[in-house]
Amino acid sequence: MEQKSIFSVISPIMAGPSSSHTAGAVRLGLMARNIYRDNFSKVKFILYNSFATTGFGHGTDKGLLAGVLGYSVDDVSIKNIFDIVRDVKYSYEYRQDISRHPNSVDIILDDKMTISGDSVGAGEIRINNINGFSANIDGSYHTLLLMYKDKPGMISKVSDIIQKQKVNIASLHCDRSSKGGTASMYVALDIPIGDDIAEEVKKIKDVFFVTNIRKLKQ
Amino acid sequence: MTVLSFSDLNERCCRENKSVYQIALEEEALLQETAGEVIRLKVLENLLAMKDSIKHGLKSTEKSISGWCGDDCEKLRNGYKKRGALFGSVFEKITTYALAVTEENLRMGRIVACPTAGSCGIVPAVIIAAAEENKIPETIQINGLLTAGLIGLIISNKVQLAGAVAGCQAECGVASAMAASALAEMLGGSVKQILNASALALKNILGLTCDPVCGLVEVPCIKRNAFLAIHAVTAVELALCGVESKIPIDEVVDTLKITGQLMSPLLKETSQGGLAKTKTALGLEKLLFKNVN
Repeated sequence: MEQKSIFSVISPIMAGPSSSHTAGAVRLGLMARNIYRDNFSKVKFILYNSFATTGFGHGTDKGLLAGVLGYSVDDVSIKNIFDIVRDVKYSYEYRQDISRHPNSVDIILDDKMTISGDSVGAGEIRINNINGFSANIDGSYHTLLLMYKDKPGMISKVSDIIQKQKVNIASLHCDRSSKGGTASMYVALDIPIGDDIAEEVKKIKDVFFVTNIRKLKQ
Repeated sequence: MTVLSFSDLNERCCRENKSVYQIALEEEALLQETAGEVIRLKVLENLLAMKDSIKHGLKSTEKSISGWCGDDCEKLRNGYKKRGALFGSVFEKITTYALAVTEENLRMGRIVACPTAGSCGIVPAVIIAAAEENKIPETIQINGLLTAGLIGLIISNKVQLAGAVAGCQAECGVASAMAASALAEMLGGSVKQILNASALALKNILGLTCDPVCGLVEVPCIKRNAFLAIHAVTAVELALCGVESKIPIDEVVDTLKITGQLMSPLLKETSQGGLAKTKTALGLEKLLFKNVN
């Protein structure tokens, strides 16, 4: 059995009212922000199932927006976020889709990146899709994400660069659209690597997108 | 955590002549690879956040997001001012504080999930009201919260603490058992008395369903926090007088889990049954969601 902490039952300190529908929503937003890592002027949220039907009364809409704007789960100004936000256009859509998790959202930034994730309970989250590629990011590891043209040798090139930094790889996940098509790689790391290392990875031939994702607090 | 059951915990406490909070501290320090003092500081941070949530909740009468709730704590304060609580000042503070925290949660204020956000009023109300009324110092309050943490953790090893899994037994019920253990520790109870207090609290909420109106953590959740905070005190009073739970706490937890499995999904946080399907609830639902759907 996995060892658990007493702080799993006497935490987190959070803005209410729901760990799954509020704190989880903030963390999904924060994770999307960490993945996108760029200024954005427009964000759209598509809320599914329970997020769509009871999200309003739980402040899920406010939590998601506050998250992408970088607010932490215990920030009480989340409830006033609609009055605070400037320079970012935001919109919401509500859908029912039984193939999705009960608490699920798509976060679309600047029409460029779609990040899908679920709030899986007690404030824990999981990002499971980025721009159509399957993912498995729960915010507990620093993660290097790259997209590239599928071809042999990519994993070793990337791990070579990371190994030179003496950083241990905790887990590795790859996916591709088709053989020789677009592929994605998630490298979970025990300690964060610098953005300069991410830049180095980006210089590998046929890599067209790299983001250096920081883990979430707690 | 090497302490996986309450019999493990009891055995270890007896063998090493330690209280529950000492084991909690040792195990947590081991898990986080840090010193016990660091863990105590982290517990203190949570305790202080709980005190803040009471302070803010007592001041505010702002309504919840849905607009239905948020002023019951004020009613209690005003009512008690006029006539006092029938069962004295501890009762008065516990009920008021429980509502203060839960209402603060509903208006998106800062609270400590303990174990969940929906049950966040119970542990703080009991620990802090009892500490104020009995002049119990902060270090002992930390011991209480550590005790509550380990009790909740051991229960959560067997059953997931979510209304969707086992009904409100697993949220407000477990919070009440945690609060009982904390108070028993703070009042100098023995390990046996602490475990009996938790068992008695838990045993007497078995079967409690989760049927929130409109799926919101408002009705019946807010007031239930006040009821189950008092429930914890009843368990402690009995346990400190030597009353024992005839069914040991491990078996009570197993029963809670099985009862949760037997409970219809309609009564487990789906808002498809119970209070959520009453005429009044359906009326409120129409009103609240007219703009959404």
